[in-house]
Amino acid sequence: MMPIGYYLFLSMALFLIGAIGVITRRNVIVVLMSIELILNAVNINLVAFSRMFGDVAGQVFALFIIADAAAEAAVGLGIIIAFFRNRETVMEDEMDLLKW
Amino acid sequence: MLDKVIFFFFAGVAILSAALMVTRRNAIHSAIFLITTLLATAGIFLQLRAEFIFIAQIILYVGGIMVLFVFVIMLVNLDVALHQLKFSRQKWVALLVTLALAAEVGVMLWSSRGVPGQGFLLPSAVPAGQLPANTEALAGRLFDAYLLPFEIASVLLLVAMVGAVVMAKKRT
Repeated sequence: MMPIGYYLFLSMALFLIGAIGVITRRNVIVVLMSIELILNAVNINLVAFSRMFGDVAGQVFALFIIADAAAEAAVGLGIIIAFFRNRETVMEDEMDLLKW
Repeated sequence: MLDKVIFFFFAGVAILSAALMVTRRNAIHSAIFLITTLLATAGIFLQLRAEFIFIAQIILYVGGIMVLFVFVIMLVNLDVALHQLKFSRQKWVALLVTLALAAEVGVMLWSSRGVPGQGFLLPSAVPAGQLPANTEALAGRLFDAYLLPFEIASVLLLVAMVGAVVMAKKRT
């Protein structure tokens, strides 16, 4: 196995790219996809540490994170469809119903 | 050596297509590049000898979640969105904050490189030939120590399914 630092740097890079996507993009679907990217970066960390310690518990948690990502994607896309039906937009700075 | 080549290939593909994903204007292109990133990450999992996570990643993420994304993109596809502003107005502030975060985490990782078990050094990784069968070990752990979280995850998926159906249903 390669040193753990390589995996940590890869995971950090993917996490930060995902964070940039969440903060800067206007399209809500792309924001949701960036969140999936962040969850995936965390999975790399979990599996790398699981390999490093020779313990499969990290992979169990990676499975739980995949299940969470599926649940989050289903609910988030449902919200997007409901909102699109009402307001005809998927741009997040036009979602200002709560703004006074 | 071969490990290193495989890792750097998949890592390069993952980072490159992730960067392309957040910069493409068309949401479908973003989805395609995200699929590439997820497949490259699956390669990283295989390189880490986590075969079950590798196949779960491909079947669940690429085959399930991303298909859902592509369907929704086709449902709400707006041609006007292609001519509008791609990034929100606070993008430079956001980029600055993210770069600060990158510097922080990078310095932390780099400064701990000499500490065994925390930085770049390994305490004692099990050699790849001596690992137990991955799926068997994973199932043993999942249905033994983590049985309750497993059941909670199934309830969570059920709730999410009901919630998605209720949310996307037409109001009559």
